[in-house]
Amino acid sequence: MDDISADPRPSIGHYLFSVLVLALLWLLLAGSLATAELIAALAVGILVTAIAGPRLAVLSGVRLSPLAPWHLLRYLLTFFTALVAANLDMARRVLSPSLPLRPALVEVRTRLRSSLGRMLLANSITLTPGTLAVDIRGDRILVHWVDCPPGTDLDRATAAISDAFERHIRGFLE
Amino acid sequence: MRLLADVFLLIGAAFACLGALGLVRMPDVYTRIQAGTKAVTLGALAFLIGAALLFPQWWAKLLCILGFILFTSPVSSSTIARAIHLSGIKPWRAPTPEASGQAPMSPQAAKPAEGRR
Repeated sequence: MDDISADPRPSIGHYLFSVLVLALLWLLLAGSLATAELIAALAVGILVTAIAGPRLAVLSGVRLSPLAPWHLLRYLLTFFTALVAANLDMARRVLSPSLPLRPALVEVRTRLRSSLGRMLLANSITLTPGTLAVDIRGDRILVHWVDCPPGTDLDRATAAISDAFERHIRGFLE
Repeated sequence: MRLLADVFLLIGAAFACLGALGLVRMPDVYTRIQAGTKAVTLGALAFLIGAALLFPQWWAKLLCILGFILFTSPVSSSTIARAIHLSGIKPWRAPTPEASGQAPMSPQAAKPAEGRR
């Protein structure tokens, strides 16, 4: 991607976060909570974080606040509802004999600054009803919209496509 | 439990099938990507839930697979869409000008050659 969003260096908290996530991933893959596995998980987490080191800048968008998990949960809920709605919508379009499509490319504004946040937002847009993220330039995301109402401008497209996600994502990413 | 797992597997199969049908019926690359990505992602999700109900001891690994699919599948389709966009392909338009404006749900024959499958 050619957007240069300068991610700042990660803090100590972000390193800890990375260790915890990696350890959790190890435990999920190992599928047991024996003491040996716990030790191995922590060791692997620390080792990988140490090797990755400053390249973890991508994580620096993560907001480490006590409310973040709550926002993450609400985001996931919104996301899965939208995913199912997207599929029913797509199924209706595919199955109807007339193919009701009004495709167009529209732009959407985002206030997320970190690259991780933007990537998550673009992912969400791609998996939700009738929209597909095509490109990111600065704070604009180019979106292909299957059912674009005539006369849509930047603000209305933003309100219709990305606002709901962005509100939730901003709770745990910058 | 067995029955519920079967229901989820069936839902997954149905959405994968719809995705394939979408690939055939959609008029241009962008809309094909849309149909493919969404339907297949939810299909894979339903498959994984079904598998988790059949083999509960695998839930942790299945959860990991689910996370990776949810993260990577939209990225790949966005990348393809971006490549197409940069190579200058415009989105498909409905053949007649009034089809794209006034009548949102009218049974407009978008692609007369294909019709009903």
